[in-house]
Amino acid sequence: MGNEKQVDSGRRGLLVATCAAGGVVGLATTGALVSTFQPSERAKAAGAPVEVDISTLKPGEMTTAEWRGKPVWILKRTPEMMASLAKTEDKVADPLSEKPFTMALPSYCEKQSRSRKEHSDVLIAVGICSHLGCSPGKKFEPGPQPSLPDDWAGGFLCPCHGSTFDLSGRVFKNKPAPQNLDVPPHMYLTDTKIIIGKDEKGEA
Amino acid sequence: MAFIEKKLPADAPVIEKALGWVDSRFPLTKLWNDQWGQYYAPKNFNFWYIFGSLAMLVLVIQIVTGIFLVMHYKPDASLAFASVEYIMREVPWGWLVRYMHSTGASAFFIIIYLHMARALMYGSYRKPRELVWLFGFAIFLCLMAEAFFGYLLPWGQMSYWGAQVIVNLFGAIPFIGPDLSLWIRGDYVVSDATLNRFFSFHVIAIPLVLLGLVMAHLIALHEVGSNNPDGIEIKDTLDANGHPVDGVPSHPYYTFHDIFGVTVFLVIFSAVVFFAPEMGGYFLEYNNFVPADSLKTPLHIAPTWYFTPFYSILRATTSEFLRVLMVGIAAYVGLIYLKTKLPSIVKIAIAGIGLLIILGMQPWGLDAKFWGVVLFGSSVMILAGLPWLDRSPVKSIRYRPMWHSYVLIVFAIVFVTLGYLGTQPPSPTHERISQVGTVIYYGFFLLMPWWSAMGTFKPVPKRVTFKPH
Repeated sequence: MGNEKQVDSGRRGLLVATCAAGGVVGLATTGALVSTFQPSERAKAAGAPVEVDISTLKPGEMTTAEWRGKPVWILKRTPEMMASLAKTEDKVADPLSEKPFTMALPSYCEKQSRSRKEHSDVLIAVGICSHLGCSPGKKFEPGPQPSLPDDWAGGFLCPCHGSTFDLSGRVFKNKPAPQNLDVPPHMYLTDTKIIIGKDEKGEA
Repeated sequence: MAFIEKKLPADAPVIEKALGWVDSRFPLTKLWNDQWGQYYAPKNFNFWYIFGSLAMLVLVIQIVTGIFLVMHYKPDASLAFASVEYIMREVPWGWLVRYMHSTGASAFFIIIYLHMARALMYGSYRKPRELVWLFGFAIFLCLMAEAFFGYLLPWGQMSYWGAQVIVNLFGAIPFIGPDLSLWIRGDYVVSDATLNRFFSFHVIAIPLVLLGLVMAHLIALHEVGSNNPDGIEIKDTLDANGHPVDGVPSHPYYTFHDIFGVTVFLVIFSAVVFFAPEMGGYFLEYNNFVPADSLKTPLHIAPTWYFTPFYSILRATTSEFLRVLMVGIAAYVGLIYLKTKLPSIVKIAIAGIGLLIILGMQPWGLDAKFWGVVLFGSSVMILAGLPWLDRSPVKSIRYRPMWHSYVLIVFAIVFVTLGYLGTQPPSPTHERISQVGTVIYYGFFLLMPWWSAMGTFKPVPKRVTFKPH
């Protein structure tokens, strides 16, 4: 019917303009809906540094603190544990922590102990595996055991996909996890009091 | 077109008059006849053809029990776990509703996997049923999403850490990954925000899409007609009335046939609901009876059983395994070059993509975690390609070479083995087995264009194999 009629170019132009305007409104609305998925202001605000008292922590013991909803391990390593780090040096994928997971190793941390020099026996690491975010479990006992190699020197095992980490939180080679565990910014307020999420340079 | 009121004699029964009144305004009788009453289905359906109806039944069970669960459940990170326990212990009969829902989830996947196995055996996805298959595939994806979102709601340890792992899968995507997983969670960790949005997806968004897709699946099926164990088009042989000679109207024949199947299913379903709702930790995992703790991953975490075959493929992808994959891709591109008649531009494109993937798999390229996610995703997506991967000249396994059925059996064993390994803690031996399984899994699909056309095919009869009973 309408095929024989000439297209009214003025009306066609208006039609296109109306569709375009409607499309813009539609896209903007979609944008608003998609944006509601972002972390809310409240979620962003939660993330203050936390203080931990380690005066009761004995060598070989580990405690866990919560920082930004994530577990932060504080492990006081024994001399034998510290000695194991030299043995794992060539078995870990990134001994110098050059490929950071979510945060770079703080510059004040040693490469092997991944701790501050004056407290090199205390490991402070975010206990979240760089593979898919599970929290690895403690496997401090050396020697052969299920899911672990026979020359195991002590470390952590992620229950989800079997990634293993040494006692400095460095991931072993050929494991699903691509990076070492995060070491959060931290500093010692006293010899036995640590603050996590804050250092001399300010809050993380 | 002028409106025509359907005329009925004055002494017609009231019910007929009412139906006539409706039919003049809404195609009620026509819909019934097109979709079921006068829908001619092949008369040689066997045991494998019950799963479509059963899937429909379970969908209804899930929606109805779900409605009642929402009346008592609280989607709040501090209340969710306790509200589920409240349903279990204090709401009258709440335990029954909840166990029906949790058992229904697993039953749904058992039924759907068997439903898809049927399609694989009898070539039900072959032309002209490609869209039936694709809609069904989309339903399967929705079902997986539905199961995943729903699993977070009880807010137990498995809920929490399962969601953590799956959301972090998106984090493996280069560049946008970390922001994408943050956007999905709505927080820096799985939290109340995550629980609330998953609740919304689970109770409204996905079910809406699911219902639409189920309708599309059925409309497409009833348009082209059902396949059958002989893989013959019954519409090729019609009787004087234009109905397929080898077909029977679904009502009453398949109505009563399916009611029998439903009865058997409900006996088994009730037995599970009443006597083994946890199914030894497979339907409801023990760790999920511990409230979510964001600081401690349970020592053994595994997805619910229906995800584990794909999960095993994810775990099998280590940096060592990438070398096997690179050889596999190079060989596959070579095979396409030598053995297909594709236009050379397509071949060059495929070779280019192959080369890019191999480069990306280099030690300095993208890490094994990313490729694990790619393999995990593509192991599901590859199912959508079946209508085009299968090049067998006949549809049904009955008329294909005997060894084709052995290939199917090996594939089924591999699928179940991968599923079993996915429920087990990681170990070097299991890793090797799942790597072999992954190679067979992909080989089955990617080599299908060749193996499915090889061998001596049996002649396909004109009429279906059917013994009156």
